[in-house]
Amino acid sequence: MRFASHRDVARAFERGVRRAGLPVAYSAGFTPHPKISYAGGAPTGVASEAEYLSLALTTRHGMAAVRERLDAALPDGIDVIDVTEDAGGFPASRLSASEWQVILPGLAPDSVAPAVQEFLALEHAPVERLTNKGVRHMDARSAVLALDVRPGSGDATLRMVVRHTVPAVRPDDVLTALRDVSGVVPAAPPLMTRLAQGPLADLPEMS
Amino acid sequence: MPRFYDVHYLPDGRIGQVVPNRPGVPLSVRKHTLMDLDAWPYPRRPVVPVAETVHERYSVEIFRGCTRGCRFCQAGMITRPVRERSITTVGSMVAGGVRATGFAEVGLLSLSSADHSEINEIAVDLADCYEGTNTGLSLPSTRVDAFNVTLANELSRNGRRSGLTFAPEGGSERIRKVINKMVTEDDLLRTVTTAYASGWRQVKLYFMCGLPTERDEDVLAIADLARRVIAAGREATGRRDIKCTVSIGAFVPKPHTPFQWASQCPAGVVDERLRALGAALRSDRAYGRSIGFRYHDGAPSIVEGLLSRGDRRVGRVILAAWRDGARFDGWSEYFSYERWVASAALALAGDPVDLDWYTTREREYDEILPWDHLDSGLDRDWLWQDWQDAVAAGGAAEVEDCRWTPCYECGVCPAMGTEIQTGPTGERIDGKRLLPVLTDGGR
Repeated sequence: MRFASHRDVARAFERGVRRAGLPVAYSAGFTPHPKISYAGGAPTGVASEAEYLSLALTTRHGMAAVRERLDAALPDGIDVIDVTEDAGGFPASRLSASEWQVILPGLAPDSVAPAVQEFLALEHAPVERLTNKGVRHMDARSAVLALDVRPGSGDATLRMVVRHTVPAVRPDDVLTALRDVSGVVPAAPPLMTRLAQGPLADLPEMS
Repeated sequence: MPRFYDVHYLPDGRIGQVVPNRPGVPLSVRKHTLMDLDAWPYPRRPVVPVAETVHERYSVEIFRGCTRGCRFCQAGMITRPVRERSITTVGSMVAGGVRATGFAEVGLLSLSSADHSEINEIAVDLADCYEGTNTGLSLPSTRVDAFNVTLANELSRNGRRSGLTFAPEGGSERIRKVINKMVTEDDLLRTVTTAYASGWRQVKLYFMCGLPTERDEDVLAIADLARRVIAAGREATGRRDIKCTVSIGAFVPKPHTPFQWASQCPAGVVDERLRALGAALRSDRAYGRSIGFRYHDGAPSIVEGLLSRGDRRVGRVILAAWRDGARFDGWSEYFSYERWVASAALALAGDPVDLDWYTTREREYDEILPWDHLDSGLDRDWLWQDWQDAVAAGGAAEVEDCRWTPCYECGVCPAMGTEIQTGPTGERIDGKRLLPVLTDGGR
């Protein structure tokens, strides 16, 4: 599922809603669309344990039944963890930061720790990324609220809390900055996973 | 299968013979024909990939085979005879498919879907069943016929009417007779007028360039046709915001068709005709802005022609191109015609054949073609006669559709022990028996 784009995931979800037989509401207009709003999805290539969306139904249903039916109808790898009633207004704006895990194949934790310290000591870490709107410039450092290397052996594992900004600073932008400050380059593409997202206060404290 | 046959070549490069090289192998390999499509309502458990598919919809095949007799069309030749699925099987396949996949659109597919003997009932009943469910129904209709517009209207009852597509394939009446696509200009104008008048804003017309016997004026006639289409549409609707898009690509001769002996038109000739057509369309002050023009260059079609009618020796060309880095050749930004020309020259250097020999060379009756030992039931002499009829000096002879007129002796039914299977069955899709897509109740 890590390689499915956010649009593919959205389509898979819409098919799941129809398979589940849930009476989803449709927008009025020339081309009616199911009323489903997605919060900023994880980038393509990044796995996620914490995506949020809101779905409007035409009739009232029990939360547990909706969760069960959706979960059963969706493909493996898209699991519905919880369903809650949304009193009004989609809470995308309340999701102000994400916690990410990044595994760096072929790099020992000890070799990455100094680079992390160097990065955290920076005031700004300008990076650029080519998007389909052209080259975007952003400050990877100022979006990072916490960053550390997990203790242990094996491949180095980073945990980071990154503020949701526009344009978004993604974990690979932070890796670009790390490479820029200290030449840290993993032997294979890093394995990135979004672990959580939410209001800043609710995210787990970084040790 | 290739390893069960040895191919011997003549000194000039043509095939001398194709012979089985071990006991128990037949001289030719026959196709299998499934005769009762209602007994095979497949797929029962459709696979739905997470990634978006090319046509993001559930497809239901409503019949197999086509007897229109378009001379360029391989599918229409090798899938004979016509075998329909019954209206009730179609109804249950649509219901089951939508339920199993969650797709928001269903396509009623086949080679010429509007020819199903009960297509009108299928369209009306499905539109009734799925009204208000946000399930789209579509018919990939490409035959020029006002009835197809009526069907499209029915299927889009609750949706928007954006574009309809028709495939006259040839710009002039003369060339349409050559390819046996029996559409008169009046048919076409009547059809598009109906479409525009029913609220369709855009009509897309498909054509081919480089057809046998084609001359410059056959292609330029497309510009006149497009102008008349716009004029008719403006008159029918009183509006100026209607559009017509001309989409054209080069013809590639296919095995098992009457055009399997034809010379493929050189890429330079195709490109020059397309350039002239584009210029004629763009220079038109009154209608030019209402006419869109999309085309494919001639060069990639020459490579398609090499692959279409190639023999075993072409395998070496493909390998050489791959070794030289050919990847994703269907994407124009990766396609290199020069690479294929060089690969063909390299791989065929020791043989008396080359790229032109496979593509632009016309074949004679006596030549053994690389696919002659594959038997789709078509009588080779009938194919040859149809080819001669197409290019006859006095103008092409037309072949009727054996679905409605007597057998024209293509040979398939007697050779395969099959016969045409069409309705009407007189049955209807019962809306109450079809489960609606969206239910409020549990599962």
